[in-house]
Amino acid sequence: MNRRTFCTTLATGAALPAIAAARPADVPATASAWGNADDLRNLGIWDVHIHVGSPGATPEKRMETLLRSADRLGVERLCTMMSPPWQYEPTPEQFRRSNDDVLAIVKSFPERAFGFVYLNPRHLKESLAELERCVADGPMVGIKLWVGTRANAPELDPIVRRAAELKALILQHTWIKQRGKGNLPHESTPMELAELSARHPGFPMVCGHTGGGDWALGIRAIRDRPELHADLGGGDPVYGEVEMAVRELGASRVLYGSDANGRSFASQLGRVLGADISVADKKLILRENLRRLLLPALTRKGIRA
Amino acid sequence: MDRRSFLTFAAGSAGLAATGGAAAAPAAGDGFVDTNVHLGSWAVRRGWADAPAELAARLRRHGVTAAWTGHFDAVLHSDLGGANARLAAACAGSGGLLVPFGTVNPTFPDWADDLRRCREVHGMPGIRLYPNYHGYGLDDPRFAALLARAAASRLLVQIAVLLEDERSQNPALVAAPVNLAPLPEVLAQTPGARVMLLNSGGRVLNAHTPLLQRLIQAGCGFEIATLEGAGGLGALLQRSPGAKVAFGSHAPWFYFEAALLKLQESELTAAQLAAVRHGHATALLSPA
Repeated sequence: MNRRTFCTTLATGAALPAIAAARPADVPATASAWGNADDLRNLGIWDVHIHVGSPGATPEKRMETLLRSADRLGVERLCTMMSPPWQYEPTPEQFRRSNDDVLAIVKSFPERAFGFVYLNPRHLKESLAELERCVADGPMVGIKLWVGTRANAPELDPIVRRAAELKALILQHTWIKQRGKGNLPHESTPMELAELSARHPGFPMVCGHTGGGDWALGIRAIRDRPELHADLGGGDPVYGEVEMAVRELGASRVLYGSDANGRSFASQLGRVLGADISVADKKLILRENLRRLLLPALTRKGIRA
Repeated sequence: MDRRSFLTFAAGSAGLAATGGAAAAPAAGDGFVDTNVHLGSWAVRRGWADAPAELAARLRRHGVTAAWTGHFDAVLHSDLGGANARLAAACAGSGGLLVPFGTVNPTFPDWADDLRRCREVHGMPGIRLYPNYHGYGLDDPRFAALLARAAASRLLVQIAVLLEDERSQNPALVAAPVNLAPLPEVLAQTPGARVMLLNSGGRVLNAHTPLLQRLIQAGCGFEIATLEGAGGLGALLQRSPGAKVAFGSHAPWFYFEAALLKLQESELTAAQLAAVRHGHATALLSPA
């Protein structure tokens, strides 16, 4: 699907308004009035959070599979991180292998994929070296931290400082399972990411999943850290998350992310398109906020966006 | 679905949105059946439509021609007869859009009369069960008895595998997903039983386990509200072409658009699209 077709779809059937009483002034009352077709045609969605675990014999083939779905929904740019097998606490050899896959994807799809280097701060020296290989000297523009080390651990500080020098965007996975009791041993919460952020004021980071299913607690946890941005992706498309995030954080701190291929682009886009927020806010969330956050790194790399 | 089909459908939705009334309801072939809708509020969070009229109006604007609807009251209330009566009354005011699916708990005394009222008093075409909140497993003889009586009454039985992700449940309201392993055998022993699973994505549809194949062979129906994965619907139908997968949104708990866009995310044939939109639902409700 090209962008024009996608926008026609949005304007006619897919993106519908919600509760009339709660609708901001510029949310259209009917689907046919959803946005301006030219605006939407020029939008192009940026996704802050995808993985390449889709079927395919090579990383490039897996990305091709994923892009077929992304294209049908107008997702233009994809922050790409981690390649299977998924390893909670990867050794340096394992995270280097995963990053090799992402490097191959970025090389093959330079117009679509932004690479995020996967690190495990438990192996700090090797992680810093990998940051140099993939971001300082390579084409990647961000860092992915998963469940190898809790976000408030001191090992993250040298990584954050170097990321700031490189203008790389950090996405830290967070989840709150059963009020935190169900988390993996080293799985971070938004509260722990807020602690890290407080040690690095002014440095923007992305709160991956924003606590997942318990996003209402996650949003509260990052509210007072203006550098932290809420990634909406990865949980069920439950009504209310987008509305609360915009209300509590402001739309400029909210990002569309899918967590594809595990999640569906559709289910995660649906929560933004169906939200009771303004069209202007949807545009920020679907593209402009992420573009703004990545622009320093993209400029440094000479990547046009 | 090819792009043309989707856009034809989408254009129909736009027309509805512009007029916004029941009189503009599309023909059956243009709209679709949403098999997974609830009235009321779930205990821990609001949905996007509180009032039945608002829910119905908004589903109509999306092109929905029938919405199989349960009531959240039925999950935790003990007076299921009252909850079912309220559900029936609320649906009756929807101009035929909301189709009531009452609830029966086979661990309750005289549950059979709740079932009888669903059919004979309220004219419901099916019932919706919440075994994980109602305290029984699918290997419980009382479930088998309920299934047999529902089959005799020609009622479709929907089983809600879960209502919300178990990882995010309030600690005071925890319910593990329903264990479906006994279901194929129970179905094999119950001639005429028709069963559809709601919210089975994470446990069954996404997992591609042998259990899924056994459920398909047993004639179970499914819906897509919790089906995940990029291009997940197309992938499911490719690896399990015999699966009876209907449209379901889990509205208003989930955003309706999340399910709607799944029809666009995968490249489906016109026949597959029609089956998901209304074909499988129609067949489940009115078997040949």
